[in-house]
Amino acid sequence: MKLTVNGRAHDLASDPLRPLLHVLRDELDVTGPKAGCQQGSCGTCTILVDGEARRSCLTPLALVDGAEVTTIEGLGDATRLNALQAAFHQYYGAQCGFCTSGMIVAAHALLERNPAPTRHDIQTALAGHICRCTGYVKILDAIEAVARGETFTETNGDRQPGVEESVAKTGVSG
Amino acid sequence: MTSEILLPTSQEEAIASFGDGGGLTVLGGGTALMPELAAGGPSGLRVLCLARAGLDGVSRSNGSVTIGAACPISALEELDEPLATAARHVADPEVRAQATVGGNICVEASAESPRGDLQAPLIALAATGRSSGAGGERTEPIENFLASRDGRLLLEVSYPDTSRVAGYAVARRPHAHHYPIMAACAARDSGTTRVAVTGAARTGHRCTSVEQALASGATADDAAARVVDDVAGELRDDALASAWYRERVMPTLVARALAQLEEGSA
Ligand SMILES: Cc1cc2nc3c(=O)[nH]c(=O)nc-3n(C[C@H](O)[C@H](O)[C@H](O)COP(=O)(O)OP(=O)(O)OC[C@H]3O[C@@H](n4cnc5c(N)ncnc54)[C@H](O)[C@@H]3O)c2cc1C
Ligand code: FES
Ligand code: FES
Repeated sequence: MKLTVNGRAHDLASDPLRPLLHVLRDELDVTGPKAGCQQGSCGTCTILVDGEARRSCLTPLALVDGAEVTTIEGLGDATRLNALQAAFHQYYGAQCGFCTSGMIVAAHALLERNPAPTRHDIQTALAGHICRCTGYVKILDAIEAVARGETFTETNGDRQPGVEESVAKTGVSG
Repeated sequence: MTSEILLPTSQEEAIASFGDGGGLTVLGGGTALMPELAAGGPSGLRVLCLARAGLDGVSRSNGSVTIGAACPISALEELDEPLATAARHVADPEVRAQATVGGNICVEASAESPRGDLQAPLIALAATGRSSGAGGERTEPIENFLASRDGRLLLEVSYPDTSRVAGYAVARRPHAHHYPIMAACAARDSGTTRVAVTGAARTGHRCTSVEQALASGATADDAAARVVDDVAGELRDDALASAWYRERVMPTLVARALAQLEEGSA
């Protein structure tokens, strides 16, 4: 079976019913998608299959033969955060971080098909994603900030608590 | 043991590969099957995957709406009521985009929850199911298919393309999203009302006692109370709700769905 993950082509001989989550994490060392419930109900394993958000724990390899898979690693990395990653950082949308890659991937898919979502649209799109830390408000704030075009200068970890106003308003791009 | 996948690329090929279904597991979207396998279910399966068999469309022709068994639930969200509202209540957007209509009709209720939330709206719409298996193809009312679905490959469901009023009332349990515990669906077409409930029994259930009471002039509330006769002895007791709770809430849901018919909106 053939699979492209974050732009790299792979030829796989795994069991066709193996969950894509395990193929990514254990065979390809792509560990952004997290193994949470492995029952489809927490959202931490969410990835993009040909641009659409999917649960990798529910997806057998056979269903993605020939597909283009994008994980959080394909959206941006620690040296170059994409806008959503920077916004989650800026707005404290991540605490332990376990839900974060799934949240960002789902938010990315939402903004691709609906660049100007209402807060309710965002809540609906993230309905299947559980966060045990943040209380969701900061996650919604972060996604709304990206949707209204707020930009972020920082790349990673160079920000002091309490200075978000100045950072948030002066940036050029994420 | 490694699994073997059969990937038919046409309906005819799917029917031929399925044969009488012996030794085969059908794979729709896998959203029910994969968690079972992850929880230590069977391995080394022979799997018939429907994803490329051309069974994923919705069409409107010759007075009927036809939905392929491999159609994702997300494709129904704007279709006819009460199916559309029921579809929007299933799981979350990612699961709805992957889960199929055939999987929703053929999935077995689990020990935790009933599942199969599209069964009741399809019964209310007077849908038929076309399936293949031992003895060849057959087309029958969806409630009959639900009673004898073992060993069958569901190919498509169809319902009449008419104008009707519809009602849908649901009791939900909060999760990240809200799971339907049970729901009542009603559809009225040229004065005839069909009523069905989901989440009450092992499968979606047509409420003939309610329908007969309505036909003989009972008030909506009196007719709704008869749902208890329809599901007597079959009420589920599971992680989502007790049979005691189901018995008491079901008449209220049916009454609400019937009230929406009077308002003329779903
Ligand atoms: C997080 C989560 C939330 C969920 N919430 C809901 C909910 O709110 N409501 C609800 O109803 N369900 C829910 N489910 C259960 C399930 O996802 C749905 O019932 C779904 O429609 C199953 O479809 P599928 O295509 O994924 O099925 P699959 O997993 O592919 O198949 C399910 C069963 O049906 C058989 N099957 C599939 N297609 C056919 C066919 N064409 N002919 C014969 N047999 C077939 C399979 O062999 C298997 O036994 C949920 C599941 C998850 C993981
Ligand atoms: S690990 Fe896939 S949804 Fe929880
Ligand atoms: S940040 Fe910990 S689960 Fe969301």
